[in-house]
Amino acid sequence: MPQMRLTRPKELTETLDLLATRQWHVLAGGTDLYPAHVERPFRHPLLDISGISGLRGIEPADTGWRIGATTTWTEIVRADLPPAFDALKAAAREVGSIQIQNAATVAGNLCNASPAADGVPPLLILDTTVELASAARGTRQVPLCDFIQGNRQTDLKPDEMMVALHVPSESATGRSSFVKLGSRRYLVISIAMVAARLADGEAAVAVGSCSVVARRMAGLEQALAGRDPAEPWEKCVSPEHFADLTPIDDVRASAGYRRDAARTCTIRALEEIAS
Amino acid sequence: MSMGAELAGHVEGVRFTVNGQQVEAISDPATRLTAVLREEFALKGTKVGCDAGDCGACTVLIDGAPVCACMTAVAQVEGRSVTTVEGLADNGTMSRLQRSFLDHGAAQCGICTPGMLMAATALLDSVPEPDELQVQDALGGVLCRCTGYRRIIDAVMDAGTRIESRGKGVGAAIPRLDGVPKVMGTDRFGDDVAAADTLLVRVIRSPFHRAGFTLGDLKGFVAETPGLVAAITAEDIPGRNLFGVIPPFADQPVFATGGETRFKGEAVAALVGDREVLLDLDLAAVPVSWSERDPSMTTETAKTTAPMHDSRSGNVLVEGFVARGDIDGALAGAAHVVSDHFATAFVEHAYIEPEAGTAFIRDDGRIEIQACTQAPHMDREAVAAIMGVAEDQIVITPTAVGGGFGSKIDVSIQPILALATRITGKPCRICYTRPESMRSTTKRHPARMQVSIGADAEGKLTGLRFDGDFDTGAYASWGPTVANRVPVHASGPYSTPAYRARAVALHTNGPVSGAFRGFGVPQAAIAQETLFDRLADACGIDRLEFRLRNTLRDGQPTVTGQSFRTGVGIHACLSALQEPWAQARAAAAQWNGDNPDSPVRRGVGLGTCWYGCGNTSLPNPSTIKAGLMADGRVRLHQGAVDIGQGSNTVITQIFAEALGVPTSAVDLFIGNSDVTPDAGKTSASRQTFVSGKAAMLAGLALREALLRQGNVSDAAEISLDHGKVVLRDGGAERQVDPAVMAADADGFVLRVAETYDPPTAALDGNGQGEPYALYGYGAQMVELEVDRELGTVKLRHITAAHDVGRAINPQLVQGQIEGGIAQGIGMALMEDYQPGRTENLHDYLIPTIGDVPEIESIIIEVPDAEGPYGAKGLGEHVLIPTAPAILNAIRDATGAVVTTTPATPDRILTAIRAAQA
Repeated sequence: MPQMRLTRPKELTETLDLLATRQWHVLAGGTDLYPAHVERPFRHPLLDISGISGLRGIEPADTGWRIGATTTWTEIVRADLPPAFDALKAAAREVGSIQIQNAATVAGNLCNASPAADGVPPLLILDTTVELASAARGTRQVPLCDFIQGNRQTDLKPDEMMVALHVPSESATGRSSFVKLGSRRYLVISIAMVAARLADGEAAVAVGSCSVVARRMAGLEQALAGRDPAEPWEKCVSPEHFADLTPIDDVRASAGYRRDAARTCTIRALEEIAS
Repeated sequence: MSMGAELAGHVEGVRFTVNGQQVEAISDPATRLTAVLREEFALKGTKVGCDAGDCGACTVLIDGAPVCACMTAVAQVEGRSVTTVEGLADNGTMSRLQRSFLDHGAAQCGICTPGMLMAATALLDSVPEPDELQVQDALGGVLCRCTGYRRIIDAVMDAGTRIESRGKGVGAAIPRLDGVPKVMGTDRFGDDVAAADTLLVRVIRSPFHRAGFTLGDLKGFVAETPGLVAAITAEDIPGRNLFGVIPPFADQPVFATGGETRFKGEAVAALVGDREVLLDLDLAAVPVSWSERDPSMTTETAKTTAPMHDSRSGNVLVEGFVARGDIDGALAGAAHVVSDHFATAFVEHAYIEPEAGTAFIRDDGRIEIQACTQAPHMDREAVAAIMGVAEDQIVITPTAVGGGFGSKIDVSIQPILALATRITGKPCRICYTRPESMRSTTKRHPARMQVSIGADAEGKLTGLRFDGDFDTGAYASWGPTVANRVPVHASGPYSTPAYRARAVALHTNGPVSGAFRGFGVPQAAIAQETLFDRLADACGIDRLEFRLRNTLRDGQPTVTGQSFRTGVGIHACLSALQEPWAQARAAAAQWNGDNPDSPVRRGVGLGTCWYGCGNTSLPNPSTIKAGLMADGRVRLHQGAVDIGQGSNTVITQIFAEALGVPTSAVDLFIGNSDVTPDAGKTSASRQTFVSGKAAMLAGLALREALLRQGNVSDAAEISLDHGKVVLRDGGAERQVDPAVMAADADGFVLRVAETYDPPTAALDGNGQGEPYALYGYGAQMVELEVDRELGTVKLRHITAAHDVGRAINPQLVQGQIEGGIAQGIGMALMEDYQPGRTENLHDYLIPTIGDVPEIESIIIEVPDAEGPYGAKGLGEHVLIPTAPAILNAIRDATGAVVTTTPATPDRILTAIRAAQA
């Protein structure tokens, strides 16, 4: 029988110690890790963090909201959260299927760093920071927009793991919405997606699947902040605001279509909030 | 292995409960829960379709919540409660949900059924009376390729209601006779039959579309790797390293030779060994060196590159041709002519069961293969030639088949299993991974078609010209059939005075294109049916009326010059849509008028089909054997493989009707290739017609034999009663006691075997002749909406009128219609297999439960003179009209003309903008 390939620590400190000793595949929901190993074996043993107490759940903190790393999408859907999180909840319902939402974790979605990760745009519009921990250096906070650095690339060091997400109080305000565009109803990787939040004249908009890393639309946000309320959304949301996106041509859609659809989805997301 | 030594000390198993029972798993704790359930605990009801969370067949409940067991490490269920499909029944009694699935026909092949049941169980636990949207949300993570989902939705919503008796004999909508094991999770599919500790086989495949390769020291690699038992290459093949479904065109090696592979995924060798060791092996480490070569990937490049097969210049496999009348004159003289170019994609069958099976050496020394297949006798013939033995030295026992749709007619795993078991002398098993299944097995042919159609001023067709290139990939498979079928069918079921159709199957380095529900006809129908709408518009005639004016009628010649005295049902199908069409058109116009500012436009579209049942101008016999057993039961050897479509039920209903007994009096016996005669392959919509006719003849023959035993008249009633056959004729009653009669080797005291081969006649050089003994017909209407800003489509409703001659089992007819439509939806809107890019079920999209709208089936019965009780085939017909109907509805809604499928949102948006410009 092969050697044991999985360990399942109960405590964070133990986990961080183990992380420092060697290379691991960190396992939580398993919904990215196992599919990546359909035809090839695991190169490293698995460090299963899904049993660690305290890594799971959503709670209000003095400075905002703390979302534990292994919180599942189903738990996000069921959590009692202010309307600013509506986009995140809507995205949670679009992550794969109910089976996947029951297992997949928020941190896994971020650490997997897919350009089409459903969770990223709604967390970007909440100005989320991620909390990373290591045995050697303790914890550090990194803005989500800096954490994901490329397709499947993050700022996570080999001995580090994500322990929580933090949404600052000042960003957990207003209302938000999420629009995902795909070629079928369920179990779909998006062609483009948009999360938007409006609060006190401020706007936050993030677009996913249209660049290597989902991104906030700074120019558009400025234009929306100064918008005359009587002005129709499609006038304010101009194609130029999407010029910086770097979508690709792939089997799901052409680059030109994605850029175009990003704008349409943005207008719809804003209309939904305003309605 | 490079695993941490510090972890090696753990020996305690993982403790959890399965279906209420405490268990301890000793598998490695990283093992997928699916593998632990199936291999360690032999709970084979939980199915594996993808190992990636894309299909949901492995759905189980963990503490009541549905998850994919394929993405759960067994360690993660420590102390938790797991429920599988085996836990749904109460002491062998179906749960009401299982009962409802059976009653509603929600299970066809049954491979997705456990996943559907588990997801639905979780829903009903929290929402006892869900609405349709709740059902869709809950079941959206489980893919089904057979049913079209509508029966499943009904089964979940009506889980509390029993459907009682629905008549008997031919015409009765009885639940499928093989359905109980499917809803209980006890049916045995290809990967469910291996004994524990059976050796595993894995195949080494080319990573490039075209490559040179050199095999390294594979035997040395095996010797150095503990747990490996054998390597198999072309050199180990005792017979002919060649197979192909049409013997004169056999051209595909089991393992590539000559130092070159011709498509991505072509096999070059296989390894046999201990299951866990092989699954843990990185196949990239196996010593095979590859050098990528320039591939030819389109039918255009095929024409100018060197022949891939020596005898096929220009890479032309086969050119099919049908001509009638003066097409140039007909088009030149037409009042209106429409022309366009069309392109379709590779379409993957995407059955949820990957190819799987087991082989072993029987006690009598012969090789037995137990595997999923659509054609056991063709498998036997192919494997015998490869193994260099007589056919009777190979035994094929079909397992339950988790969907086939044409691809499981060709051999895949069978020769490799036979070689592995012969070389090792031990039982061997194989189960393709999802990417391996997609890479290595057949596809629907992509087509490039140039089509022109003319009509006179009154809207009568004058002629149709069709030129199509079909990408048949690296090897022949069913390419010749596609090339020959398309020109026969490209007119659609319409009277076309002048006609010239040419279809060429060309070799490329693409995946092998073969049989897929419709054999090229769905591609041709996209061109013909969408051009019909444009032609009707040009003539200023309503699109349904245009079709009605041109339908084939009894006695009118088809494009091959064949005419049918009776049974041409297309006019009846279209007539049935007249009222729905008028209503739907009015409703769409009303909605569009009421919502001028909406980005959404509604539209309605039509599509029609005809399809010849059985082989094209070739012999195509089926034999059905049956008899009376010594215990007084009637046994039916049923060799028409049921891949979910329902032949086990339909053949039994026909046989029982002919014999004059209830279906419950007939024992269905599948057997194997030794004892169950060849009922032909499950393809070409031929089983209800051809095997059904043989079953009818067998039933009549057995009836006659029984009546003769009792010396009673033809009017006598037969009943089976406690081991005796009772014959009642008027007032007289006779008994036949089988217990006192001599039984033969099969246990029959009275046996019959009847063969039916449909009458056809060869096609001449212009394709004139009688290719089929009968055709089936259909017409569908799609109502949809298109988002003009995003190019997305939402299907609202589909009405399908299909002429089946006689509905042997209306519930199965409905199931075929809905399932075929779902595949048509996929072909129209999303399915695009790109080798190397979409080799999984998240990049290759098939419709989910949220993508198939409500479907109203209208069963038309225009009896056929040849079919059993008037029945015609249906399986392929149902897919053909859907894609063109969708494209026509998109054009109706927006003016967008989409000529390349799939009609993805960006293609539709581009077409909308072109139409607006």
